[in-house]
Amino acid sequence: MTTPEIVPTHNFGTRDPDARGYFGAFGGRFVPETLVSAVEALTEAYLEARRDPAFRAELTRLLTHYVGRPTPLWEAARLGAASGGARVFLKREDLTHTGAHKINNALGQALLAQRMGARRLIAETGAGQHGVASATAAALLGLECVVYMGTEDMARQALNVFRMRLLGAEVRGVDSGSATLKDAINEAMRDWVASVADSYYLLGSALGPHPYPLMVREFQSVIGQEARAQILAQAGRLPDAVVASVGGGSNAMGIFDAFVDDASVRLIGVEAGGEAITIGRHAARFAGGAEGVFQGTRTWLLQDDDGNVTATHSVSAGLDYAAVGPEHAWLQSTGRAEYAWADDRAALAAFESLARLEGIVPALESAHAVAHVAALGRELGPEGIIVVNLSGRGDKDVQSVANLTGGRA
Amino acid sequence: MSRLDGTFARLRAEQRTGLVAYVTAGDPDLPRSAEVIRAVDRGGADVIELGVPFSDPLADGPVIQRATERALAAGTTLARVLDLAASLRADVAAPLVLFTYANPMVRMGIPAFARRAREAGIDGVLVLDLPPEEAGEARASFVAEGLDTIFLLSPTTSVERIRRAAELGGGFLYGISRLGVTGARADVADSAESLAARVRAETTRPLALGFGFSRPEHVRAVGRWADAAVVGSALVQVVAEHAGNPDLGGEVERYVRWLRS
Ligand SMILES: Cc1ncc(COP(=O)(O)O)c(C=O)c1O
Repeated sequence: MTTPEIVPTHNFGTRDPDARGYFGAFGGRFVPETLVSAVEALTEAYLEARRDPAFRAELTRLLTHYVGRPTPLWEAARLGAASGGARVFLKREDLTHTGAHKINNALGQALLAQRMGARRLIAETGAGQHGVASATAAALLGLECVVYMGTEDMARQALNVFRMRLLGAEVRGVDSGSATLKDAINEAMRDWVASVADSYYLLGSALGPHPYPLMVREFQSVIGQEARAQILAQAGRLPDAVVASVGGGSNAMGIFDAFVDDASVRLIGVEAGGEAITIGRHAARFAGGAEGVFQGTRTWLLQDDDGNVTATHSVSAGLDYAAVGPEHAWLQSTGRAEYAWADDRAALAAFESLARLEGIVPALESAHAVAHVAALGRELGPEGIIVVNLSGRGDKDVQSVANLTGGRA
Repeated sequence: MSRLDGTFARLRAEQRTGLVAYVTAGDPDLPRSAEVIRAVDRGGADVIELGVPFSDPLADGPVIQRATERALAAGTTLARVLDLAASLRADVAAPLVLFTYANPMVRMGIPAFARRAREAGIDGVLVLDLPPEEAGEARASFVAEGLDTIFLLSPTTSVERIRRAAELGGGFLYGISRLGVTGARADVADSAESLAARVRAETTRPLALGFGFSRPEHVRAVGRWADAAVVGSALVQVVAEHAGNPDLGGEVERYVRWLRS
């Protein structure tokens, strides 16, 4: 039901952090000295690129003809009926090339890397979707690509490991710490510190030092730009709530962005509740965390009393991360956005129910957002309109869900 | 004049290359770490850097990562490192510098951290992921407690930022002699000499060069361009190899003495 006049557009330059990269008290640039000049140069190059009509035109061309944008906004009537009768719309990022929103950011940054003269991309990945997107962009633009991935995640997202290798990327397993996303980011940064002369660090979420939270949100802002125009065209009004899963926070920032100034629209981020909200068994930063400084930014963080980062758990690799992007910390502190969590069990139930009700198998990350819809729909009732960011498709998760359920579907 | 200022003034007067020795505090555990630190001091290190173990040491190579894991597993925390320093202060001649990531300090509260560091007899603090642009609050607390704020410089640091670090910093400047994480290498990088020349052109503040050094020839080479050489991973490796040795202290002391030969 996509209306033909909707074209992929970005929201560039209207909601910048301050010059030091702060959103309120959150953000900044907490990096080792060797990387300071790199993030400064990156900021300059990015601010220049986003003003350049040729850069924007090339990005739009790729998003339209390669990625397949705009993605549909699908009214999930059976899911709505099962959710208190509210009208529920799914923003179908699962239908992009490579199957998740990650490609929007990966292509934007890979174009920037090329413009800056890098020959090699470094990326980290949790669920493997950002790794696949980066490997894809590297193949398309003829760049080398090295992807760091925790060995724990390599085991549960084996399909994506194979896809990355097929695309010509080198996947390097990371054994240290919890062998998940945060450890992959540590290792990617260690690589970048040594290779900064010819390599570009393609960070996959709206976290890390300035300018990444801004840049990643702006490359993902295409999601919200489209969704807002689509919901106005299809429902004739703004939604009551926009819901998205929050790992580092890129798909959520991408869809929230267009609605931040619409005071009537509730912005709801859904974190991973894991097994229980106790230390080491979840990744709900706003439920169990505190402010801190981690991987380049000041934000909310799961940590112990001594300031060490604690272990996390989620059935979804892409949400299994100890910190949240700084702009979310800011939106939470101002009350503009609310944050809830869905546990493993609820996410697995939503994974199945979306398949049964709508014929759509979501990524386990996205299933956390879907899991929140039932309660929200009942709260809003039949008059309510909800837009959910369906950030990715679930093919990558089919094997691990089958293992968890003993093969019962 | 701080204790660090005194040390570097003396090195210059004696025309001697200083040795800055880094150990991960609490590695392999707190009691043996105390023994190691005393041995480093006996071996003649001019400055001792105590690394505070942190769960995510993203600027460190494998040797210090492993040391960090051992120290954390043995229950080392920032508070216990401060207690350790306090317990050693009276017996250790060298100035003590804390080498930490930002989050443990932020978690303790920066003013409280600075006060406790001063009370423990710490002379300077180097925060790896706190470049001058982010260091305002911390530096104010450090200055208030009479602690030197030590900034890092790297081959990628611009001239303006070298000047700013020299202006805002105290004690000495720590020059990262090569791109990359910590870890011993066979040779002194060419980038060491050019970084030292760029720093010298901007400031008379003492300069220690580090990253990759492990042998007396490295220390002597660095002495041609800088006030001191930092030896870290190689010393941490000696601790790792002799952790179970009853003469751990003797091994460490001999290694440090050899570095100065
Ligand atoms: C499909 C999908 N959704 C969500 C996420 C979480 O990341 P973010 O919060 O940056 O959108 C991931 C991360 O891997 C993902 O693959």
